[in-house]
Amino acid sequence: MRASDLKTYAKNTWCPGCGNFAIELAARQAFVELMEEGKLKIENLVVLSGIGCHAKMSDYLRANSFYSLHGRVVAPATGVKLANPELTVVGFAGDGDAYGEGLEHLVFAAKRNVGISMIIHDNGVYGLTTGQFTPTSPPGFQGKSTPRGSPEDPMNPIALMLSSGATFVARAFSGNLQHLKGMIREAITHRGFSIVDVLQPCVTFRNTWDFFSKRVYDLQERGHDASNWNEAMERAREWDYGGGAGEIPIGIFYRAERPTFEDRVLRGRRPRELPMPELEKVLKGHV
Amino acid sequence: MEEFSILIGGQAGDGIKQAGNAIARVFNRLGYWIFVYEDYPSLIRGGHNFAMVRASSERIASHRDGIDALVALNQEAVDRHSWRLGEDSVVIFDSDTAKAEGLGIPMSGIVKRRGLPAILRNAIALGALAAVLGIGLDVVEDAIRAAVDKRVEENLEAAREGYGIANGSPWAAEGRRVERVPGGPRPLLTGNEALALGLARGGMKIYAAYPMTPTSALLHYIAAHEDELGAIAIHPESEIAVIGIAQGAAYAGIRSAVGTSGGGFSLMVEHISLAGQAEIPTVIVLGQRLDPATGAPTYTKQGNLFFAMFAGHGEFPRAVLAPGDANEAFHLAAEAMNLAWRFQIPVIILSDKHLSESTFSFHFDISRAATEPPKLWDGAGEYRRYAQTEDGISPLAFPGGGAVVKANSYEHDEFGITTEDADLIAKAQDKRLRKAKALEEYVNGKEMVSVEGDPEGKIALLFWGSTKGAAAEVAERIGARAIQPLCLMPLPKRELEERLEGAERVVGIEGNSRGQFCGWLRCHGIQVDGVVLKYDGRPFAADELEERVRRSLR
Repeated sequence: MRASDLKTYAKNTWCPGCGNFAIELAARQAFVELMEEGKLKIENLVVLSGIGCHAKMSDYLRANSFYSLHGRVVAPATGVKLANPELTVVGFAGDGDAYGEGLEHLVFAAKRNVGISMIIHDNGVYGLTTGQFTPTSPPGFQGKSTPRGSPEDPMNPIALMLSSGATFVARAFSGNLQHLKGMIREAITHRGFSIVDVLQPCVTFRNTWDFFSKRVYDLQERGHDASNWNEAMERAREWDYGGGAGEIPIGIFYRAERPTFEDRVLRGRRPRELPMPELEKVLKGHV
Repeated sequence: MEEFSILIGGQAGDGIKQAGNAIARVFNRLGYWIFVYEDYPSLIRGGHNFAMVRASSERIASHRDGIDALVALNQEAVDRHSWRLGEDSVVIFDSDTAKAEGLGIPMSGIVKRRGLPAILRNAIALGALAAVLGIGLDVVEDAIRAAVDKRVEENLEAAREGYGIANGSPWAAEGRRVERVPGGPRPLLTGNEALALGLARGGMKIYAAYPMTPTSALLHYIAAHEDELGAIAIHPESEIAVIGIAQGAAYAGIRSAVGTSGGGFSLMVEHISLAGQAEIPTVIVLGQRLDPATGAPTYTKQGNLFFAMFAGHGEFPRAVLAPGDANEAFHLAAEAMNLAWRFQIPVIILSDKHLSESTFSFHFDISRAATEPPKLWDGAGEYRRYAQTEDGISPLAFPGGGAVVKANSYEHDEFGITTEDADLIAKAQDKRLRKAKALEEYVNGKEMVSVEGDPEGKIALLFWGSTKGAAAEVAERIGARAIQPLCLMPLPKRELEERLEGAERVVGIEGNSRGQFCGWLRCHGIQVDGVVLKYDGRPFAADELEERVRRSLR
């Protein structure tokens, strides 16, 4: 199978130069590589997306998909995984989607270590609603809802996910396709909850291409110890999602092993194979 | 007709609920039909709690305001409930904490002497009650063994002491005696428990809920009985997560259900619309309570009918079912699972505090309910999740089975790809409208209207949900017909009109302030001549409702 075999007939409507193209291509390439290596079955892949420019992934990928509501990728993804833990569940969400409207679900998915991968298309702006500030926009960002500049400081999703108990936390940049593909692969093959915050430009409303290109560096190339949570947190705080100078680390911040939510809830049971209820027995206890 | 009504009252933490359950089990063992109403404020310690146990040789499903015995664990119980007493009624009270006319037993002193927690005063009271009513100690001991799971021996000892004291008193020698009646014992189920069993019978494998009165006990029950029910209970971070998880599971082919009350249901509303658009089978138990907002959380109301029927943006089919007792809760919960999967729609089961938390004698033939298979893809050709069909129902396939299954909250083509094409949009809506039509026909082809009382009566009492117990009894007593649609949306109009034919006067009875169901009937051209409404958080008692119905007929 080739990466192009994973495309549907849906017409692509992203703006030319959009970071989403790289994420979509990297995802398809990652899927195909994992299939070829026997680590993924295409029929077992379920992708979910929220609402926003990123979410067209559901239309563009020729795979099982659940095109959900804005902010509501994580909960259905959790349901899919619980229902059938053999499925490979990959959620795509925007920064508004994952860190704004549906933030609580993300925190709890990390806390539970549910076996899903979240790929966040983080462009620091609402694209589909034509340019407002998001939870990761820098202070002072002039969006349509904040013409005098955003009055808030951005949140740091890497630090947040580390604090929430995520067992795989990474960052990538849509301008570095090979690295991005590698992060998606690592996220999918990780056992438990994984998240990749993908920095990407929105060419129409917030073009950060140059900003990121000049600043990103690969954590792994500099020998970061991803098994050390404190060190991960230190690296996470190296960049506060603001617009200042300095370097921006990408790569795997943290990776650990912990029992997954589905392991702990299902205890080896499979919902499909649960027995029919023994009602007569239950009713006897009620006399 | 032999019947007894007993009220046990005390404060929160006194174990009133368990005591009511034990009294119910005693009468159940003697062949009686049982109904237990629980009344408690929203707090953990203090306040006033009471349980009313009604036992009858005839089938009943309601309580009465009047009582034959009052068991008072404190003065407040005496003061609040003495108006319920008749001439022959008896009062059994803790003489260490209350003053009253009747059989006083120093219950607090006894538990203190025995070094037992105060909650065991219940067992003393139960023993005394049995002696006064002429019930054998063996029946009490058997009921305690079934009802109590901690300190069984201490409970038995305390009950024996209460029995001994009462047996030696004049109260045991006179007054009414409880005789064994034919029939029984029957399983005693709360509405919540019956819902749990029905959902499981309908194939539910995952139940998700965030705690909220009055359906918290549904979550607790499923969690405690996972193995017997063949289901898994989970408690996620919010009602939004609850329904999202349930829908993810349903998309993956696993039958799921959720439970909540009005506040949690409000949070789920966007996902109800998603169920409509993406055609995801979604079963929601909505246990109504007194609202708006936080209202009076542990009190009952039938105020969410319109909310259940119209929650969610957009035009899409749904079903709203309204069981009135434990039998119907079981039956309709299984039906809800089947409807949701047959038509790939949201189905709402309307319960309320009164149905969910009251206890009933269960006598439904459980073999009448089963998990019915949905319409499945036959594997031929390329799978289209939203394939156009005559009845609007597209065959289901699930991830992992080889088909590419695309669920979509946007308007979509047959494959599930987003579309904004005018023609495709209209076609997709037409498909859902055909499905609505098929649903309507299906509901009209099933028996979805319950009739009790005299089916030919000139007066028809028309009601829905938990009002059933009291209303059906009143109909029986005044020779009226009791008519209760089990499915409120779509309305089984044909059947309902048949049942109403020949009635000269139709009285609507509802536990809300605006007669929502009567309004819904008017939308269907069905007129109601008068309404009896109650909206003080308390359910209708049978005797109270009879009086109000008689007044409305004058």
